[in-house]
Amino acid sequence: MSAVEPEGLDILHVSKRYGAGDSALVVLDDVSLHVRPGEFVSVLGASGCGKSTLLRLIAGLDAGYSGAIMMGGERVCDTSLERGIVFQDHRLFPWLTAEQNILAALRNAPLSAREKHDVVAEHIALVGLAGFERAYPHQLSGGMAQRVAIARGLVNRPRVLLLDEPFGALDALTRGRLQNELLRIWERERITMILVTHDVDEAIYLGDRVVTMAPRPGRIRRIVDIALPRPRERTDPRFARLRDAILSDFSDATTPLASNPLPVPPADSSGQWRMAW
Amino acid sequence: MRISLARRPTRPVCACEATVETRRRRVDLRGVALPIVAVALWWALSASHVVKSGLLVSPVDVLRTAYEQAGSGALVRALLASLAREACGFAIGATAGFLLGGALGLSRIAARIVGPSFDTFKQISLFAWIPLISVWFGLGDAAKVVFLSLAALLPVAAHTCDGIHAVPRKYVELANALRYSRLQLIRYVLLPAALPSIFTGLYLALIHSWLATLGAEYLLVAGSGIGNLLIDGSEQFRMDIVLFGIVVVGVTGWALNALARRVERTVLSRLHIANQ
Repeated sequence: MSAVEPEGLDILHVSKRYGAGDSALVVLDDVSLHVRPGEFVSVLGASGCGKSTLLRLIAGLDAGYSGAIMMGGERVCDTSLERGIVFQDHRLFPWLTAEQNILAALRNAPLSAREKHDVVAEHIALVGLAGFERAYPHQLSGGMAQRVAIARGLVNRPRVLLLDEPFGALDALTRGRLQNELLRIWERERITMILVTHDVDEAIYLGDRVVTMAPRPGRIRRIVDIALPRPRERTDPRFARLRDAILSDFSDATTPLASNPLPVPPADSSGQWRMAW
Repeated sequence: MRISLARRPTRPVCACEATVETRRRRVDLRGVALPIVAVALWWALSASHVVKSGLLVSPVDVLRTAYEQAGSGALVRALLASLAREACGFAIGATAGFLLGGALGLSRIAARIVGPSFDTFKQISLFAWIPLISVWFGLGDAAKVVFLSLAALLPVAAHTCDGIHAVPRKYVELANALRYSRLQLIRYVLLPAALPSIFTGLYLALIHSWLATLGAEYLLVAGSGIGNLLIDGSEQFRMDIVLFGIVVVGVTGWALNALARRVERTVLSRLHIANQ
C-alpha cells in the first residue's frame, strides 16, 4: 500500500522456551510469518497457544527467544515507538486523565509541547472521545478506556500496532462497535495491525489473513486468506464457510476423543485443552 | 473508592482506615457520649467524698489548673517545645525514611545489602535505643530529636519500600513499551503509584513520632515539654496537672491525626489517586 515501508515485518523460525534442559516449556516452536506492510493480520488460538507470547516478542517486551523477528532490517530485541501496543486491560494510569494518558506515550517523542498537544487532540478525535479529554479512567466505561488505550498506542505513529485481545474484556455490543472503529482507523492510517484474539468471528471480521495457532508447543497451524470485501457481513454465507473451516481446524484436535472407543489415558495432553471462546 | 477492584491496581493501604474515613463525613455526636459519662462519674465520685485521698482530684480542680497553665503561658511553652521537637524529628525521620525506603524499593542491590539489616532493625523496640542515644547525645533536645527521627523513619521507609514493590508489573511493562528511561519510570510511574502507601507511612510516622515525643520526654528528662509537665505534676503529687497534661496530649494527638488525614485526602484526591 505504501512505498515508504516496503519491508513489513518478518518472523523467522521464532522459538521461545521457558526454563532449560528437558524440563523446558516450549511456548513457541519454529513460528515463521511474513506480515506485509499495511496488512491486518489476526492471530487466532485457544488460551495457552502462545499467541500473546508471540505478540510480546514482536513488541520487544521479551528479548529471550531464538530465531529472528525482523523489522526495518533490524532484529527486534527491545521495545520501540515504531511498534505500538494495546493490552487487553486498558492499562491506563489511574492518576492521569484520558488526555494525559495519551500524552504520557509522547514523553520521549521529538515534538514540542504544542505539537504534542495537537497530536493528542487529533487522536482523541480519531477514537471518538472528544469531550472526554479531562475524564479519569475510573470515570470512563470499559469501551471508552480501551479507546484511550488505542489512541495511546497510535499516537507515536507506529508502523505496526499490536493488539493483545483488546476487546476481550468488553461486552458484545461494545466489542462490535469498537471492531468497526478499529477498521475505520486502520483504513485511515494504513498502518500494519497484528491482532491476537480467541474470537473466530473477530479474527475473520477484521483480518486480511487469519493465522490459526495450535498449542503445546505453540505453532502456526494454518494461514487463511480472508478474501471477503469490506465491510464484511457476519451473516454472509462465505463468512460462515470460513468460520466453519477455521473452527473445524480447532475441533480436529478433540474429535478423536469423542469418536475414540478406547479410554483416553489421562496423561494425554490433547484432551486437557479446551476451546476458550 | 467507587470503582470495582478488577479495574484498579491493588494498593497496599490499610482498608480499615479508609472505611472509617468515608463514614466520618458527618460529625457523629455519639462519640462524645462516653467521655461525658466518664467525666460525670468522675465528678460524682469526687463530689460525694467517698474516696478521701489527695490523689483523686475533682474535674473542677483540673479545670482550674488548665486555666492557670494556659494563662501563665506554661502550657503554650511546653506544648510548643514538644511540637517543635516533634516537627523536627518527623521532618528528619520522614525524609531519611523516604530515601531509605526508596532505595530499598528501587534498587535490588540496596535491598540485598541493606534489606536484611533494616528488617532486623525494625524488630528492635525503639525504647531499646534510649540508653545508647542518651550516652551519645545526652539528655537534651538533640537526643530527643534523634529518638523521634528513628520513630518516624521506620514506618515511612517500610511503606515507601512496600509501596514501590506493590506497583503492578503491568505498569512497568507499559513504561517499557513507551521507552521510558529509569528516571521517567520512577518519576511518572513508580512514585505516583506508590503514593498512597507512602502517605500511609507518613501518617503513621506522624502518630508514632508524637507518641515518641512523650516517651523521649519521660526517658530523657531535661528541658521543657508536655512530658515534663506530666513528670513534674506526678513528682509534686499534683494529679490535676497530670490529668490536664493527659488531656492535652490526647487532644494534640487527635489534632495531628485529623490534620494528617486531611492532608492525605486532599493530596490524593487532587492527584486522583483514590485511597480505595
